[in-house]
Amino acid sequence: MPPSAYLDAASSEPLHPAARDTLLAALDRGYADPRRLHGPGRDARLLLDNARAVVAECLGVRPDEVSFTHSGTEAVHRGLLGLRAGRPWAGSAVAYSAVEHSAVLHALEWTRSEDHVVLPVDRLGRVTGPVPAGLAAVAVQSANHEVGTLQPLDRLDLPDRTPLFVDAGASMGRLPLPDRWDVLAGSAHKWGGPAGVGVLVVRKGTFWANAFPGEDPLDESATGFPNVPAALAAAAALRAVVAERDEVNARQFALIDRIRAAAAAVPDVEVVGDPVDRLPHLVTFSCLYVDGEALVTELDRRGYGVASGSACTASTLTPSRVLEAMGVLTHGNVRVSLTRDTTDEQVDGFLAALPQVVRDIRAEAGL
Amino acid sequence: MTADLELDCRGMLCPLPVIELGKRYTEVPVGGLVAVAATDVAARTDVPAWCRMRGQEYVGVEPAADGVPRYLVRRAS
Repeated sequence: MPPSAYLDAASSEPLHPAARDTLLAALDRGYADPRRLHGPGRDARLLLDNARAVVAECLGVRPDEVSFTHSGTEAVHRGLLGLRAGRPWAGSAVAYSAVEHSAVLHALEWTRSEDHVVLPVDRLGRVTGPVPAGLAAVAVQSANHEVGTLQPLDRLDLPDRTPLFVDAGASMGRLPLPDRWDVLAGSAHKWGGPAGVGVLVVRKGTFWANAFPGEDPLDESATGFPNVPAALAAAAALRAVVAERDEVNARQFALIDRIRAAAAAVPDVEVVGDPVDRLPHLVTFSCLYVDGEALVTELDRRGYGVASGSACTASTLTPSRVLEAMGVLTHGNVRVSLTRDTTDEQVDGFLAALPQVVRDIRAEAGL
Repeated sequence: MTADLELDCRGMLCPLPVIELGKRYTEVPVGGLVAVAATDVAARTDVPAWCRMRGQEYVGVEPAADGVPRYLVRRAS
């Protein structure tokens, strides 16, 4: 039996061992309210400040620019809408790439504007400019969560003085941040931290204001009682991931190259996304005439857990907006994303199973 | 536009409309026109993508009499 494998790290990376150790130690220490002046409160405050300092150092930003939210989605919502709230004179319209995460779309839908601008992408999923001037904000991700394509943020034709919101969820920890951003959002469980920790970074000097009901300040961009142990564990995982990323990325990049080549060799399979300027650990391909749900189910039966952007596998029953915007096949879609310890043998096993599974499903459809 | 072959894929979910197209487009001669009427929204992306992958010509989309999109494909090979 070839080894089975969880190949859906882009949905959630398993907890990093460094995060596990830190989390267990911090659970007993970080329970108190960090706003309080008593000893346990000061202790919790110390741990939280430490988490913030570590995250800032790993990202190359200032500690007072970092705050923790209760999810990556919350960091996106607060981050993006805070840019509009911070410059009420700039109107409400936002330009965003056609391949943004649904968290960006939901935030903008919630504050509907007739004037939002969708920035198109090319066949590889790369956003193309120019971005019109006179908008409240521009939202472009650092890398695409479905196809892995890195967005050319540092080369994008952006108007002066329009603040840039970057959803860095897909790349945070794995790759250095782009140079250009005013507000950043990320999510700890995507780099091997615990779930329930988002990271919001607001660059010093940015016009940003809380767009949601406020509360007694701990820091102005956070909300609710902080999960101090989880924040500390997220910081520990981030530090470990950044320290080992040169080695891990090189290994993952080569494995994904192998998967790309092997998938492309299966008849009528299209491998999508940028083959070079991409996330190290992720690839997406679509198999003509194949039902996405059948594909995911069959691969799971053989021990391989993958995601799919096909309509039949989506909670919304509509095809992936990302694949649609790129103009690539939406059915028979599979996203493979490696964890930090995915082995050659696991990839071998997956690549042995894939052509058989595709052939069997096509045969059942009479092709 | 009048097609040489009408494929009624109303009510079919993806990938069935494209499977139907892939199975039956050879019923028209090279240069002939195939129309796929499909209610499934994925057909909007998947019919042009099929054309690109299989080297056929995507002509465009027009509504059928009942308003359902009719995707037009010219057999190129």
